[in-house]
Amino acid sequence: MKRVYSKEEVCIACGLCQVHCLVAHSESKDIIKAYKKETPRQPSRIKVQQKGSLSFPLSCRHCEEPWCVYSCLTGALQKDPESGIVTVDAEKCVGCFTCVVACPCSAIIPDFHRKKAVKCDLCPHLETPACVANCPNQALIFTDGATPGGTKVAAEGAVARR
Amino acid sequence: MVRKHFRYLIIGNSAGGIGAAEAIRETDKEGSLAILSDEPYHTYSRPLISEYLAGERTIEGIYFRPADFYKQKSVQAILGKKAAALDLAGRLVRLESGEELTWERLLLACGGKPIVPPMKGDGLEGRFNFITLNDARKLRPALKKAKEAVVIGGGLIGISLTEALVKSRIKVTIVEKMGRVLGAIVDANVSRLEEARLKKAGVKVVTGHTVQEVVASAERPEAVGGVVLDNGQEITCQILGVAVGVSPRGELVEGTDIKKGRGIVVDRHMATSHPDVFACGDAAEAYDFVYGVARLTPIWPNAYIGGRVAGFNMAGKKAVYPGGTVMNSLGYFGLPIASAGLFDPPEGNGYEALSHLEGETYRKVILKDGRIAGMAMVSDIGRAGIIFGLMREGVNVSSFKEALLSDEFSLPRCQMTCGREGSARNWLHR
Repeated sequence: MKRVYSKEEVCIACGLCQVHCLVAHSESKDIIKAYKKETPRQPSRIKVQQKGSLSFPLSCRHCEEPWCVYSCLTGALQKDPESGIVTVDAEKCVGCFTCVVACPCSAIIPDFHRKKAVKCDLCPHLETPACVANCPNQALIFTDGATPGGTKVAAEGAVARR
Repeated sequence: MVRKHFRYLIIGNSAGGIGAAEAIRETDKEGSLAILSDEPYHTYSRPLISEYLAGERTIEGIYFRPADFYKQKSVQAILGKKAAALDLAGRLVRLESGEELTWERLLLACGGKPIVPPMKGDGLEGRFNFITLNDARKLRPALKKAKEAVVIGGGLIGISLTEALVKSRIKVTIVEKMGRVLGAIVDANVSRLEEARLKKAGVKVVTGHTVQEVVASAERPEAVGGVVLDNGQEITCQILGVAVGVSPRGELVEGTDIKKGRGIVVDRHMATSHPDVFACGDAAEAYDFVYGVARLTPIWPNAYIGGRVAGFNMAGKKAVYPGGTVMNSLGYFGLPIASAGLFDPPEGNGYEALSHLEGETYRKVILKDGRIAGMAMVSDIGRAGIIFGLMREGVNVSSFKEALLSDEFSLPRCQMTCGREGSARNWLHR
């Protein structure tokens, strides 16, 4: 399936992905209104992870075997068998945040104001997810994993870098 | 006598049973599959009975899967019927109604039953358990007349019940045998923070004592009027909630060859000592990666994942249980708490505890030989998943252990590269 991947060697931690994610998930879809009028503000579903000069944004991986879905107490989290997209049904979510603890990427954001778990939905209303479309230096890509050269992006087993 | 045959029979209609049914149907679309439960309801979320009790959700509102779930998955739901006996040689389950169900693969996902401490005078109207939807349905009408309640047990279920009672404007006293609330899952610092929240909400917390006697009401001798504690203290109440915990329902395997400790013992494939009988959830003792042995870890996610693994194996697709430990995320009385594994390091043996407490913000990790054996976070739980992930994967964190408690804690801090595709790949089938 198509996922959002980041290139840590290109990311400069500008945070625009977070801004545009928030806007894309706001009522108005307007950057000024989303920040100034809509309270409480929508949390961004993508978070820039940073340490010194190293940075990369991270959002839901839409895992093949999603811990969050299997940990969900209410049935609000589901993985679509066709598209593979992991979604949270806000109606069913009670904000217990078991999914927040279950996700090894901490890609599920606890929205304490609304008492709902929120996460990347790959922007179903847009052709390209807002974070990817608005990244100024193409540190984010939306792909099924195979780059034009045929190599896997962000290959499996990303564990310790040492 | 009615006898029906199923390729797959699942006893239990909650997390474990549903996890198994979904995995079976991902693998085998045709094999006949039945779910048997003594509860008459469509699959629902047990942790949500407090929301139902408080009137915040309807019964349909706590359904764990859509109303057409059984139809969609071609599952025959046999609800409101209780298994009376298991005959391994005949591969059949006899129901109390006299019907018999034969099976080729059986899953015991029958959960736990409430532990009720012995109390003099018990048996009066107004004394409730709080495990099932039926418990909540019986309790709901009592809320209208009651002014005071005593909840026995200051654990998860007790505090969950307390919250629903407080929302219904009932004055609650929690009586907890241990010295502090949530004592089975968090350390003393977290207990103190939760107790402060409880007291702020007007809840009285009595620790270190037990209820010795249930006293009848003066006006209605058939109903609860109060309790007497082991120190002689009397507390008036019209509702007595028992929320001490659950013990595995293992009655069906008693007298059979299936191995049972405190729960039904299963291997990493969730198979019992009988190769075609599987077990999961609160009824089972399954692998705990913190302790390195099979033990009871009665939490919802472990039941679902255990059920999923069992389901694949029942349908002939090999899957391995990654192991589960006790992990919880709580938000009672507005205090977010995430906890997993050990909460206090055992004496010696190379354990180390790191913690930081500031106001209501708390972070703690327990390390054993460089690996995380326990964690707790209060208030700021946003990064709890990364730490729990490192714990589950057994990553050696020695070189960045201080960063685990830092405000800016993030993946690069723990030397993880971008993507984390490692965790996105299929970890069940190995």
